[in-house]
Amino acid sequence: MSAIRVPVVEKILSANDRMAQENRNLLDDHHVFSINIMASPGAGKTSFILQTIKHLTNEMKIGVIEGDTAPVTIDADKVIKAGMPAVQINTGGDCHLEAAMLSDGLNQMPLEGLDVLIVENVGNLICPAAWALGTHINLLVASVPEGDDKPYKYPNIYRGLNVLIINKTDLTPYVEYDLDYFRKGVEMLNPGLITFPLSCRTGEGVDAWVDWLRTQVKQYRQG
Amino acid sequence: MHELSVTESILSIALENAKKANASKVTSISLVIGRLSSIVDDSVQFYWDTISEGTLCEGAKLNFKRIPALLKCHDCQTEFEIGRELTPCPNCGSYRSSILHGEEFYLDSIEIEKDEEVFQ
Repeated sequence: MSAIRVPVVEKILSANDRMAQENRNLLDDHHVFSINIMASPGAGKTSFILQTIKHLTNEMKIGVIEGDTAPVTIDADKVIKAGMPAVQINTGGDCHLEAAMLSDGLNQMPLEGLDVLIVENVGNLICPAAWALGTHINLLVASVPEGDDKPYKYPNIYRGLNVLIINKTDLTPYVEYDLDYFRKGVEMLNPGLITFPLSCRTGEGVDAWVDWLRTQVKQYRQG
Repeated sequence: MHELSVTESILSIALENAKKANASKVTSISLVIGRLSSIVDDSVQFYWDTISEGTLCEGAKLNFKRIPALLKCHDCQTEFEIGRELTPCPNCGSYRSSILHGEEFYLDSIEIEKDEEVFQ
């Protein structure tokens, strides 16, 4: 017997990265602009998705893939009720979606004729940040009552974002929340990150986000 | 809780490379993990013992090399280490900085045994 050292130097999540690239290719083949939505539980991901659908219902077809840790279809049912296709994927207790799970979801979702695909990740600020899914943009829904220190405590998720939503701005008078402190942390992790403060409850600020999304979809189609 | 999928990925990369090298056994695996990667060594070890059972990797030792998180301040160029949470530059208090090290997350090498080839 002889002991031999074999150099490998391979990213631990390389298999996931390859699968994410396949997801991206499939979405591009169908010209579907896709968004990975992350947030902590209760930040308002589903309300945000429903508001987005409500604003764009007459101009775009939006599909939603819902990632949940348990086999409950509460979120998917709401999307279907709003008139858009939804697919539920159950992570079997896992704390995040992986590219292979999204691939399963994409196989169940009718991509023909879809303008936008929204993937609602599992509510968690740590794990989803590590797994690429292959979507075109990463979006985080932060919310005022969670507190202004979240970028400092969960830096990884903020680093990988393309757009940030600050939800529940209508609660600002009732909770201690220093927007400048929050934004300073974000600026350190992701300089110039495009940010939309809004309230899904009152609808305030949603127009600005929807306008931005419209432009993104248009630019994506023009290649 | 995502250590299980991470451990499965480690096993799959190790087995693939062990087979390519015609190994009869894998004795150790070297992992390089930056401080900013949220992975708990103990959990990986726990899952490892279970999922590597019955494979070429059974009994292989996992060696973790932790890389500290090193940042460089944009305003005064000071290089400084941080823990898991974000802290400002200790020299000038600036929050503008970039990451030099700490995001590493890869399998560096494996150590294997081979049955001696018999030449006649």
